[in-house]
Amino acid sequence: MQENAQRILANPKFQELIAKRSAFAWTLSVIMLVIYFGFILLVAFGKEFLGTRLGAGVTTWGVPIGVFTIVSAFVLTGIYVRRANGEFDELNRQILEESK
Amino acid sequence: MRALFTRMGAAAAVAGALLPTAALAAAVEGAVAKQATNYEAIIMFGVFVAATLGITFWAARRTKSAKDFYAAGGGITGFQNGLAIAGDYMSAASFLGIAGLVYMNGFDGLIFSVGWLVGWPLILFLIAERLRNLGKYTFADVASYRFQQTPIRTLAACGSLATVTFYLIAQMVGAGKLIQLLFGMDYIWAVVIVGVLMIAYVTFGGMLATTWVQIIKAVLLLSGASFMAVMILAKFGFSPEALFTRATEVHNKGFAIMQPGSLIHDPISAISLGMALMFGTAGLPHILMRFFTVSDAKEARKSVFYATGFIGYFYILTFTIGFGAIVLILSPDANGAYPFLDAAKVAAAGGKVAPAMITGGSNMAAIHTANAIGGNLFYGFISAVAFATILAVVAGLTLAGASAVSHDLYASVIAKGRVSESDEIRVSKITTVIIGIVSIFLGIAFENQNVAFMVGLAFVIAASANFPILLMSMFWKRMTTRGAVMGGWIGLISSVAMLVLGPTVWKAVLGNPAAIFPYDNPGLFSITLSFVAIWFFSITDNSQTAKDEQRAFDAQYIRSQTGLGAEGASAH
Repeated sequence: MQENAQRILANPKFQELIAKRSAFAWTLSVIMLVIYFGFILLVAFGKEFLGTRLGAGVTTWGVPIGVFTIVSAFVLTGIYVRRANGEFDELNRQILEESK
Repeated sequence: MRALFTRMGAAAAVAGALLPTAALAAAVEGAVAKQATNYEAIIMFGVFVAATLGITFWAARRTKSAKDFYAAGGGITGFQNGLAIAGDYMSAASFLGIAGLVYMNGFDGLIFSVGWLVGWPLILFLIAERLRNLGKYTFADVASYRFQQTPIRTLAACGSLATVTFYLIAQMVGAGKLIQLLFGMDYIWAVVIVGVLMIAYVTFGGMLATTWVQIIKAVLLLSGASFMAVMILAKFGFSPEALFTRATEVHNKGFAIMQPGSLIHDPISAISLGMALMFGTAGLPHILMRFFTVSDAKEARKSVFYATGFIGYFYILTFTIGFGAIVLILSPDANGAYPFLDAAKVAAAGGKVAPAMITGGSNMAAIHTANAIGGNLFYGFISAVAFATILAVVAGLTLAGASAVSHDLYASVIAKGRVSESDEIRVSKITTVIIGIVSIFLGIAFENQNVAFMVGLAFVIAASANFPILLMSMFWKRMTTRGAVMGGWIGLISSVAMLVLGPTVWKAVLGNPAAIFPYDNPGLFSITLSFVAIWFFSITDNSQTAKDEQRAFDAQYIRSQTGLGAEGASAH
């Protein structure tokens, strides 16, 4: 186990996996935080805008923006899972294979 | 009887204005009158109980090892776990509370839904796979991975038990009130039935039964809510615009229901609230336990993906149902009457109706809507689903509490790991029975108390005590036992203190004229305090054990990233 660990730490593929996966995870986290706190700050400071009618009807900008925030959470998780369960897990498998 | 309904409505409105966690527990507020016996609901609930007890019997025969008991043998798929996680999150109070909030205020209900959802992507990106790779049965396994077991496990167990207890009290009181209202059953009987059934599910069927009860309930709730939303939209040719237009015509606030109201006023409250919701979710012991029921990190990721989808879909349904409630409850029927409004109040207002005149308070909005759409049978179905929801949630909470006692306190702290699996499971089952009995008594003791703040308290404790040590143990090499212990206790004590001294408890519950701490939600302050304490007491720790703990980080890091040596990993 200790030897395995040393081999993994020294494996350039491990460094590559960590670098790629962290960058990807943090980018998506920041996108989510910007969307959410953007929405909350609009609620706190941009009430006028959120309450403006979209067209001739009664639907306001707030409705599609709120629904967009919900949908974006789902889409972002989908994007992460797709890449993590494909590309990253393949890299991970190779690393574990090479450490034996 | 009418006076009782009024009080319930008023209390719910006050609680709803305070914070969303309170809004979600608002179904439980104030005294409610017992309704006429609802046989359709009781029969359908009976069918649910029979089916879940059948599952418990099946699960009991498969539950032999500790891994079976705590983690359903690690054999739950990502899709099933996603449904179970969504089920834990879609409590009866969140269904009835958010639909009621939309019914009263329109658009504002959506703000809360969004806040409850956005923590999930962050859980996926930052902690889900590390949690799965490092943990075994409880989140304390992860938090104490490279540290001294006794202090960290004691802290994590106290944090878990505090979270679980406050959550359970709110759920038990909510169950009693709701069932009294929906089923026409006595409060005490309702609480006893919930307590006895949850003991049965958990002691006999462990995590496997608890998970399947949650999955069945999630499917029932999602189907019922989908049916309601489709029926509502069908009345308007599937045009949301037509639904909104009609709602603005009948609601006394008119077009204002399409605009944000005054629920969030200053940036500090907004950010504090957002932090407590996001990080609280990532610190709830009964949710974190679910990550150990899947086989590997791949399935753990999939669980969050499905859970986020189901929860997001559910909130969009709830928003639609809330607007449907406005239209169906506030429009006169063929005879010009309003069957779901208090007739005396309508008469007193000269026929000018307002949403607050609803019988049973705003949390009944979704239930009345079910009645208006599908008659008595569907009303009974939705009532039964609401009861099933509470049962499933309390079972998960009880299992998390029992695991904290048996796996963390008994096996690791008291017996120092020298304990057999069967002994550990026996302690867990005894604890489950004790928690069940205690929560029945607490449910009865708190019958007439305001418990809405307790869900808020559970979230703030989870966010301030459990989440910081969990996150830092995985991400920060230099954390030491001393830093974790200080940070965890400071987060726990400061969050409880600030909440008690704040407007929610000091002013609204204890009746003092002014609050000592100005904000409803102390999240921003207590979470920050906890992180700062972890940092400060770790960097000033120069002991030999601290150095050893920092050196152990590399091995932990490799396991958390690659799953090397992880529990039940099937990667190779």
